[in-house]
Amino acid sequence: MIFRYIILFLILLPLKVFAVIEVDITRGNLSPLPVAVSPLSIDKDSKEEFKKILKKDNIGSEISKVVENNLKQSGLFNPLDKDAFLQKPDIANLKPRFEDWNLIKAQALITGKVTFVDEKLRVEFRLWDVLAGKEMMALAFTTVPSNWRRVGHIITDKVYERLTGEKGYFDTRIIYVAEEGPKTKRIKKLAIMDQDGFNNKFLTLGNELVLTPRFSPTNQMVTYLSYFRNLPRVYLLDIETGMQEVVGDFPGMTFAPRFSPDGKKIIMSFAKDGNSDIYTMDLENRIVERITNYPSIDTSPSYSPDGKYICFNSDRSGYQQIYVMSSNGKNVKRISFGTGIYGTPVWSPRGDLIAFTKLHKGKFYIGVMRADGTGERLLTENFYQEAPSWSPNGRVLIFYRETKTNSKGEGFSAKLWSIDLTGYNEKMVKTKTDASDPSWSSLLSN
Amino acid sequence: MNRNIVISFGLHTLLVIITAMSLPFLSKKMIDLPPIVSVELIQITDKTNIPFAPKAKKIIEKIKEKEKKLVSEQAPPKKVKKQKPDAVPLPDEKIDKVKKIKDKKQNPEKIETEIKQVSEFEKDKLFDSNNIAALIDKSKVESAETTKKTDKVTQDQDKNIELSRLSLSEEDALKAQIFGCWSIPLGLPLSDDLLVRIKLQLKPDGTIEKMEMLDHVKMNTPGKEKFRTLADSVRRAIQLCNPLRVPTTGYERWKNMILNFNAKEMLEG
Repeated sequence: MIFRYIILFLILLPLKVFAVIEVDITRGNLSPLPVAVSPLSIDKDSKEEFKKILKKDNIGSEISKVVENNLKQSGLFNPLDKDAFLQKPDIANLKPRFEDWNLIKAQALITGKVTFVDEKLRVEFRLWDVLAGKEMMALAFTTVPSNWRRVGHIITDKVYERLTGEKGYFDTRIIYVAEEGPKTKRIKKLAIMDQDGFNNKFLTLGNELVLTPRFSPTNQMVTYLSYFRNLPRVYLLDIETGMQEVVGDFPGMTFAPRFSPDGKKIIMSFAKDGNSDIYTMDLENRIVERITNYPSIDTSPSYSPDGKYICFNSDRSGYQQIYVMSSNGKNVKRISFGTGIYGTPVWSPRGDLIAFTKLHKGKFYIGVMRADGTGERLLTENFYQEAPSWSPNGRVLIFYRETKTNSKGEGFSAKLWSIDLTGYNEKMVKTKTDASDPSWSSLLSN
Repeated sequence: MNRNIVISFGLHTLLVIITAMSLPFLSKKMIDLPPIVSVELIQITDKTNIPFAPKAKKIIEKIKEKEKKLVSEQAPPKKVKKQKPDAVPLPDEKIDKVKKIKDKKQNPEKIETEIKQVSEFEKDKLFDSNNIAALIDKSKVESAETTKKTDKVTQDQDKNIELSRLSLSEEDALKAQIFGCWSIPLGLPLSDDLLVRIKLQLKPDGTIEKMEMLDHVKMNTPGKEKFRTLADSVRRAIQLCNPLRVPTTGYERWKNMILNFNAKEMLEG
């Protein structure tokens, strides 16, 4: 009985209770994340083998340089100086001494190992959370030695995805028009390179004028426009095999073709009976279907990633503006209402934004707006720039920029530039020649 | 039967006594008064109200004007000066002053220790957490007294509020520290899954003793990789900020704390 009373007493005993304090954190910093990219360790025998094949003294260091450069170019990471590293690569890969990496303010650490196995390159890499002292990711790749740069890009993609939450864009290529010679007599060739400017190759000889190459969103196919006997002709080119085919001749073509999201159609605009409208062509049966029919110039169509909508520009309101419609041509709605002329709309692979070129008071801008036309943001301004193309993750835009010529007609150049959605990380993409009309591929490793 | 009634009565009485003794509003020593905290409160509100709340500023100025009027009407400053030992007097003078006060006071027993108790008396009367303004600016003694009178009504409420949250300045200091440590993963898509709640157990110096991710189940759920990325960034931020900038007093209040990291605002741009 007494025991019961004691229990009752204890239950009813009032205690001092403090409510737990809650604090809302709604802001953070946007400064690049400090990352240590340790050179990938390599044993003596493998080192010698790779030296013979690739003519590189230390392929482990070379791969880590690719990763480091990619991370730096993204603007979201700050790779730390290797001279500050205290731990050797081979030991770091086995068990990092986190205190040492913490000392140099690294928040993430990339280590790895390269080996020569059955004439192939095998790369293991690990991503470590320095502050928590734990492994975040560990992967291994095996490929032919000549693919070593791609391994670096794939590692970067994995690290980028793990740390930022979105897919990477490093194992990708860019197709563009390489330009040489004076402005009045330009030689234009089709060229392709890795997104970081390496492995540049010319795909055409430059005998015919080539324009506006576009990558397929699903595979390594490219469609481009070339003038054959002064007539615009649309080609399909398979990058993997080098096979090329003619899609058709379009005498009144006013804007380049672009793939549908499933890669089965191309959409383009050409003039028929003096009226420029938007058409699609089924690549299997080559049937052409008219999408718009309006007495105005409708050009530069681009599909939304789900294929349900098309954005394009039209001067039906008197000035060139951006419009959105259903993929069957119905429900046309104007979305750009700012001052100036809008052109080259391109729908983001994420579906949330539309990139465009804007001409206002003699200056060209690259900008983005939401698909409903709200939230217009101009990312960069210059004398002449246009043709934005999205990275496959929808974070970065690549476009080309031309410089002014002087009174003698000298000083002209065209270069590729990239900028991310923040508008801060603007960088020139190195090309061997002048370059224009870039198009970004989807991820190769998908 | 009678025995049970007696036991019941006895226990109920005991319960009433225990409850009465431990109720927060009856316990004077429940909260250790943090004078510095209140001083900061006044400074911060003065600062923060100026740029962000012009309307509020006008209202405050109006109130201040009213207060000034009240001061002049209700309490002539001369009387206040007379009661305080402004200058350090010589021992003889001190005794004289004490005698003068002694004459005025009704309780002679307390006056015997008046020299020491002058300050004690002032502390009891004026050194109240709700009357810190009066301590800072002695010209506003009267206005502070008026607020003290009104505070009597809401005193319990105020104390309860103090228990369950940090002051604005304390919260600002903590937030400012964490903002600098948290690198938000900018690639995260906008969704409802952008809130990470983390419970901390802290030592008196702000060092993190225990950290618990409140949604830790989500971290390892397939398809929630993006949440895991966000949660990892939060964990890194906490570790980077360790030890946290916590108030110097009132450890009981903040020894357990929940931080709600919400990336939505930043990602929306």
